[in-house]
Amino acid sequence: MHHDNKANRLRKEILARAARAFFTDQPDDSLNRIPIQMRPKDARDSSRCCIYKDRAVLKYRTMAALGFSVEKEEDELKPISAYYHEALEREEPVPPILTVIDTACSACVTTQYSATNACKGCLARSCESACPKDAIEFRDGKAWLNPDRCVNCGLCMKACPYHAIIRIPIPCEEACPVGAITKDPVTGRENIDHTKCTYCGKCLRECPFAAITDLSQMIDVLNHLKSGRAVAMVAPSITGQLPGSLPRLVTALKMLGFSEVVEVAGGADETARHESREWVEKISEGERFLTTSCCPAYVEAVDKHIPALGKYVSETPTPMAYTAAGVRKNDPDAVTVFIGPCIAKRVEAQKNPDVDFVLTFEELGAMLVGADIDVLECEEAAAQTAVPSREGRGFAASHGVTDAVSAVVPGNALFEPVLVDGLDKKSLRQLNLWATKPCPGNFVEVMSCEGGCIAGPGTLGNPKIAMRELKKLLDESPPLAAQPVAAE
Amino acid sequence: MKNVHVSVCTGTACYLLGAAHLLTLEEILDPITAEHVEFSGAHCLGLCGREELGKPPFAKVNDHVIADATLNKLLDKVREELGLETV
Repeated sequence: MHHDNKANRLRKEILARAARAFFTDQPDDSLNRIPIQMRPKDARDSSRCCIYKDRAVLKYRTMAALGFSVEKEEDELKPISAYYHEALEREEPVPPILTVIDTACSACVTTQYSATNACKGCLARSCESACPKDAIEFRDGKAWLNPDRCVNCGLCMKACPYHAIIRIPIPCEEACPVGAITKDPVTGRENIDHTKCTYCGKCLRECPFAAITDLSQMIDVLNHLKSGRAVAMVAPSITGQLPGSLPRLVTALKMLGFSEVVEVAGGADETARHESREWVEKISEGERFLTTSCCPAYVEAVDKHIPALGKYVSETPTPMAYTAAGVRKNDPDAVTVFIGPCIAKRVEAQKNPDVDFVLTFEELGAMLVGADIDVLECEEAAAQTAVPSREGRGFAASHGVTDAVSAVVPGNALFEPVLVDGLDKKSLRQLNLWATKPCPGNFVEVMSCEGGCIAGPGTLGNPKIAMRELKKLLDESPPLAAQPVAAE
Repeated sequence: MKNVHVSVCTGTACYLLGAAHLLTLEEILDPITAEHVEFSGAHCLGLCGREELGKPPFAKVNDHVIADATLNKLLDKVREELGLETV
């Protein structure tokens, strides 16, 4: 149930409040009041020591919702409204990073093993004999683990016949597949190493204190909507992310101020066609296999952690890249906004001049709430593109890319797909191995999120329902034709 | 046993703040309770503007308004309304 919990709701509430403030007559006042409104004087449910600390943390959260990293705070007296005005002046979006709100980080214990009161202080004391570091002491007849000596090997836990010793995980470190988040040895708080981070967003989702946040581009987009040139490029995984159907959402996006709405699934059709050609070429040239490249967290992971795999990664542009290039071709001055489930897409967008901004579905939801748009009340309208194919729309879920590419590879080709559904420490080791050792197939689809984009860190829908909706939509969509690809 | 009516608000604010997940309620009901639950989740209940009621997402179990709704809160209320022991 990690998709819906109080920490997650809190993050979204902040985004919605910031967006709502944007649409009021007095955004400054509304913004400055967010911490007080969320933790009023008589609030009984302070989640930390007191409402004052809660409010301080809420201020930092609001800063992140405006696109400011907490580390950048120079003057603690600077009000939220001052950050807001700076955000409005910003020409470019802030560089994408995940950041730890250090006051919100609860500094989970370093010693990951602890003896509980189920300890009987038995005669055998197998924990004591199992411990290679003499870290187990007995206080009042019960085991106690000395944190100065414990090296977190876990042997005591295995040795105890009463299961009295438990392992206490550090959720963010546990979630990170690449060891990019670690403790500051002095403060005990977490730090993200950006030379290692792949922006997969797993830590953000798993931290029970919602202490990890990404920097939102919501205000930048809201500001650019006034230009009347902003084009919404919605990712295939949009189904089930907001109430109502895609045609209703098209109207909602236009009410919000987007001049046009295009489905990135159309770009996915292009990716599928080109990638199948690339696969045929590479395999006929004697390459062992080709991996997909549409998942930006995977691409980052290859760059930063498995460089040996680099030459196997497809060079075909991603669905977002094809879509954005198409939009730019039609209108060179368009403000292109990708809306998807992904944080890592911000990194990809930063490297692609055709993509101006990236929003998550959460941010889009917050903007619609801010503008008071009820999607279910909107009329149905079609997105201004040819209807994308079943296969293009299918990119939203794991196995989708494989299905799309296999639909257009020549019938006589020996297509042997392998799926890596979710990047964790284990699957990364596996991929690393395939770079030098035999791979069980010749086409490897890699999705950083288990289940695919539909379960991404920026989603707000329920993956089960989203999957159901997606299947319905796919059944209604035309099959992908291997039609000739337009001249490049 | 009388039937109980559950409606989950699917206005944008409620959906954003968690109603999307409440729509799985029917899937987690035991078969006996499920027979007595009429579920609907296709429109805005119009409660999100009323701060005195609490925070979104909102849901209604018969006439009871449930704020900051979770699947567990809904289940408890459903069982209470049906006169079953709450777990």
